[in-house]
Amino acid sequence: MNIKIQGGRVIDPASQLDQVTDLYISHGKIAAIGQAPAGFNADQTIDASNQVVSPGLIDLCAHVREPGYTRKGNISTETAAAAAGGVTTLCTPPNSKPIADTTAVVDLIQDRAREAGNARILPMGALTQGLAGEQLSPMHGLSQAGCIAFTNMRQPVKNSLVLTRCLEYAATHDLLVIFQAEDAGLAEGGAMHEDTTCTRLGLNGIPESAETIEVARCLLLIEQTGVRAHFGQLSCERSVKMVMDARERGLQVTADIAIQNLLLTDENVNGFDPNFHLIPPLRSQLDRAGLRQALLSDGFQAICSDHQPHETAAKQAPFAATEPGMTGLETLLSLSLILVEQELISLPQMLSKLTCGPAKVLGIESGQIAEGMPADLCIFDPQAEWSLTPEICRSAGQNTPFMGHTLKGQVSHTLLDGEVVFRLG
Amino acid sequence: MFEQQDPNQIQLNSEGQLKHFLTTEGLSRELLSEILDTADSFVDMSAQQVKKVPLLRGKTVVNLFFEASTRTASTFELAAKRLSADVLNLNISTSSTAKGETLRDTLMTMEAMHSDMFVVRHSDSGAQHYIAQNVTPDVAVINAGDGRHAHPTQAMLDMLTIRQHKGDFSPLKVAIVGDILHSRVARSQIHALRTLGAAEVRVIAPHTLLPRHIEALGVQVYTDMKQGLKDVDVVMMLRLQRERMLSALLPSEAEFYKLYGLSEDKLQHAHPDAIVMHPGPINRGVEIESAVADGPRSLILNQVTNGIAVRMAVMSMSMSGQTTEAARRAEQHASRTE
Repeated sequence: MNIKIQGGRVIDPASQLDQVTDLYISHGKIAAIGQAPAGFNADQTIDASNQVVSPGLIDLCAHVREPGYTRKGNISTETAAAAAGGVTTLCTPPNSKPIADTTAVVDLIQDRAREAGNARILPMGALTQGLAGEQLSPMHGLSQAGCIAFTNMRQPVKNSLVLTRCLEYAATHDLLVIFQAEDAGLAEGGAMHEDTTCTRLGLNGIPESAETIEVARCLLLIEQTGVRAHFGQLSCERSVKMVMDARERGLQVTADIAIQNLLLTDENVNGFDPNFHLIPPLRSQLDRAGLRQALLSDGFQAICSDHQPHETAAKQAPFAATEPGMTGLETLLSLSLILVEQELISLPQMLSKLTCGPAKVLGIESGQIAEGMPADLCIFDPQAEWSLTPEICRSAGQNTPFMGHTLKGQVSHTLLDGEVVFRLG
Repeated sequence: MFEQQDPNQIQLNSEGQLKHFLTTEGLSRELLSEILDTADSFVDMSAQQVKKVPLLRGKTVVNLFFEASTRTASTFELAAKRLSADVLNLNISTSSTAKGETLRDTLMTMEAMHSDMFVVRHSDSGAQHYIAQNVTPDVAVINAGDGRHAHPTQAMLDMLTIRQHKGDFSPLKVAIVGDILHSRVARSQIHALRTLGAAEVRVIAPHTLLPRHIEALGVQVYTDMKQGLKDVDVVMMLRLQRERMLSALLPSEAEFYKLYGLSEDKLQHAHPDAIVMHPGPINRGVEIESAVADGPRSLILNQVTNGIAVRMAVMSMSMSGQTTEAARRAEQHASRTE
């Protein structure tokens, strides 16, 4: 199949390409940019005029809920949501049921993803067996089976010696370790950021120190072991600064922020809407400002959705009794465009946090538009307004505070390996 | 983005009348005063031989208590009965693992019985907001205590007691003492006192029992009891659960009592006419000395009496607001279908 994408504004942050031109796709790969290759005959032409053609988005954290939690979503529904949001690659955490600490689970996830054919799934493996924080998982084998990185998520590895051994072992095989930093004791029972809104609402708070203390511990051990490490979904300004300082000292550390933490604050919880029940929590205005400042100074490498679909019942309860998280794959691009709309960063800068930035974190050759690369592409109209409604929502979870809000930036086509996996309308 | 409306506006109907009573926060001084004025009229009625009025005749009030309660539950029941309502008391034990399905299912069942009012106590902050947002529009919801968030009728009966003894709120310095961290009563008292114009509201507790950033609610923070009580007109003690003494919050009952228990000696630092209040049940020798609890400045039993009057006031006012709202909606519906 040969496809010509005609007249779009092609933005590739990796090569700093930003021009209105044509793309030629052949046998699933990008065959040429600008001039058609010799003998190219398009089987299909996509008119991308007045639209942006970017690399397919790479999301560093998206829960697909399979295996084990298919009442909330499954690989088919969640990758369909990814395709509708222009996301072609997503990393899924290991907290499935069973937990992704065996190659069988990893194989199952990848098989289902291939069957669905909507997006690539790069599974993260469990750092410790059962995420129990006691015994190292078979990281090398899991890596061979396709795990892109290893994490214990928010399950604590309380024993620092065990954590050190995990990092040493990962470093031995040059494996990436991802931290979702949270001190379990300080965060215990917490439902939102500990600050004035929390005090007024009488909810249990999660203090900033629950994140920063764990970031500090991890950074010291990263330094000691020399492991390649990444901090996922940081929520506090201070945490990002700590990671930036560590990087300046020469550590191989990167970080990402969930888009909601760049847009919202703990004040949104006022009113007890469970859609704002998120872990990590929405932080203070100062934190949000600090994260945005870090965005300007390249303090973190990626923006992710932290996509967590839930069944309706999971959010039908008083705030603290609901399950945390919001669905986000379909809104990741449009919400990130708000940062451009607010003139915080340029469109190419924003796209770099969704494409080549996360690719670099993972060490994969993806997230760029270059000849010979797989044709994973997102075509969108940055000015087109749309609303995520329950009727069009492809994710099994409809738990987002952005449901029904008018957003800008509508995806018209998503291509995976040169195949159109989403087409608007 | 996300310009949110004041979430507490859910308490009012389109004409500004009380529709639900979930928190004292965000309500106007006029409305709080109206509650107190209405309650005052019921206080007098309680002294009469016939203690019933027909304001809620034909209405069904369901007391939904997901948390144990004796004092609050019985005063709500009595208040509803004195308003001539039919009352159904449901004590629903709930565990921390119980999820929303239980609450939702309970609500649907109660609604199916055509209840008119839910009086709810729940261990989760915001549970009553959730209920008010999800019940059919003709049902009023009264908060009888949610988590650490609010206990508005307790706060209003405290306000009524203060007003009866001090009159004007504007010159008053009020100290709230003890477990502020876990206290829904304290939060509701602070909002009510500030709205009613109290000159100064202080909280007195060790840092382990103070929520972070409590100053943002407009209070002065004291960790020393004697300094905190200096010249105050009202001392509001809070109940302290004994199990908290054994956790990492306090070292012992004895040390808490020594530093924060209200003794006659410490009370000397307050204004000579200062009154003493406590939402009960009191722990003698833990948060208050018996001589003070039973002394001439103590208004603890007056608070209980006022509790019935305030609850009658709130129930009658919110039911009236609900009726007005229902009529308005019916009118709108009729005009749309014409």
